[in-house]
Amino acid sequence: MTSAVEAAGLRKAYGKKGDVVQALDGLSFSVRAGAMHALLGPNGAGKTTTVRILTTLSRPDEGQASVAGLDVLAQPGKVRSVIGAVSQHSGAVGLLTGAENLALQGGLYGLHGRGLRNRTAELLDAFGLADAANRQAKTYSGGMRRRLDIATVLVHRPSVLFLDEPTTGLDPQGRADLWAVLTKLAAAGTTIVVTTHYLEEADQYADRIGIVDRGKIVAEGTADDLKAALHGDSVVLELDGHDLAERAEKVLAGVPHVASAAADGALVRARVDDGPRALPSVLAGLEAGSIPVRSVTVARPSLDDVYLHYAGRSFLQAERIPV
Amino acid sequence: MKTARLNPARQSWVIFTGRYLRELYRQPTVIFLALLQPIIWLLLFGALFKEVAKIPGFGTGNYITYLTPGVVIMTAIFGSSWTGMSYIEDMQTGVLDRFLTAPVSRTALTVAMLAYQAVTTIVQSAIIIAIGWAIGASFPGGWAGILALTGVSVLIALAMAGLSNAFGLLTRQREALIGASTTLVLPLTFLSGAFLSLTLVPHWIADVARFNPVNWAASAGRLAVAGHAAWGTVGSYAGFLAIAAVITALAATRAFRTYQRAL
Repeated sequence: MTSAVEAAGLRKAYGKKGDVVQALDGLSFSVRAGAMHALLGPNGAGKTTTVRILTTLSRPDEGQASVAGLDVLAQPGKVRSVIGAVSQHSGAVGLLTGAENLALQGGLYGLHGRGLRNRTAELLDAFGLADAANRQAKTYSGGMRRRLDIATVLVHRPSVLFLDEPTTGLDPQGRADLWAVLTKLAAAGTTIVVTTHYLEEADQYADRIGIVDRGKIVAEGTADDLKAALHGDSVVLELDGHDLAERAEKVLAGVPHVASAAADGALVRARVDDGPRALPSVLAGLEAGSIPVRSVTVARPSLDDVYLHYAGRSFLQAERIPV
Repeated sequence: MKTARLNPARQSWVIFTGRYLRELYRQPTVIFLALLQPIIWLLLFGALFKEVAKIPGFGTGNYITYLTPGVVIMTAIFGSSWTGMSYIEDMQTGVLDRFLTAPVSRTALTVAMLAYQAVTTIVQSAIIIAIGWAIGASFPGGWAGILALTGVSVLIALAMAGLSNAFGLLTRQREALIGASTTLVLPLTFLSGAFLSLTLVPHWIADVARFNPVNWAASAGRLAVAGHAAWGTVGSYAGFLAIAAVITALAATRAFRTYQRAL
């Protein structure tokens, strides 16, 4: 199968001498045609820059990229005619109605007359905006606006759709609706590249996930592959306070089957090869150290664990301290 | 695929111009203020400098006749100096990115903005000329003169709009554009013969005015409506203005490239 998106060794730095931020540091990935591909990473990881380069809005300092077999740097005009791009901001003209926004976009791709009217009506219908078609976009709710944004860039039936943080700012219902829309589009054959900093969204909806950290893809695969590659489970123990958790961390480091342990508040997370088999020795170790345990859970690795493993810090930490 | 029978780049400027006009139409307050302002200028300056026209060397004895072309030009540059604001807004709302990821030429975006500016300037100029006439201005140059005045007001508006667009794209900041616009527009207006005959102002101002495009426009417009048949002078001023408009339009189009490189 050919790849719909190909990025190789993208590098880009912002700023002037002395204050340079390396936004992309050799980022490479590829997306199979028809896949829903998530770029997952904390704010500042380089996701937006990547999307801007792939959608011809920005040029890399180094590296190559192609979309639908077209060279992004050499043939930006051709690339634009086969992609749809939804940026973090809305993209809808607030003073125009939903229908007018769609008609404007269709016009830019050469649609006109009845063809344009039919396509506009079809999209408004498909995105549940038919009732609001003649209202100015500025009166739309966040979720409606997002749906209009996506409908707008689909007017010319692009083969590859890029969305940068499309669910940011939406309520849970709006997020679920939006993912339903994207899932449907992917099922119909559109290649989708979507960035997100919500672990659970990538986990649940993406066919493949590329984990972005400090301008690089640090791991790539399906959510299951990524988790399975960690070889093991986590045992999460809840204790009476941070002091006990720290003592437990030290005790657990010496317990057989435990690969590592880390205290986090009143919790201790221990990485083990096989959760159920390691549990007795974990508990025995704590009992020998007279550390009472309030609760214990054995969990398959989460994407957070995956991120921690590859990026060397937890996702929450990375979000709090941008690179 | 149904798309692209027409070359999209050729007609997209028409679509964008339509968008700007529709947006304007949806903001009646903006239209109202844009028309109120020149009326205030006409009445205020008309009253303030009423007696000035009687000073020998002023040319015309009726100050409203002198003032009307000046207010036409002033209004044209005031309005057009804000056009860059549309780009800044489009950047902040993501609209510009949407257009730049569609197969639209950057020239089409610039041309659309200028076409929009031309349309609004023509309407505005016509209304100001009508009001001027209603409160006593005379136009011995007839329709040809009025047409020429409108023409130079469009040219100076285009030159100013190109500058404003380029500045908006380069600074990407509302405050910067507001600052630049107010700093530039008022001095340019007062360093011209828009309100006072240059024979009555200090020499250095008259000297500066010779290089001031706003003065070229005001002088050309006034000569045209006065019917002195100084068409050669009017034509050369109009030529300079057209060159200025082309230069700033090219600068605005190039500024897109810088904008894209910066982000």
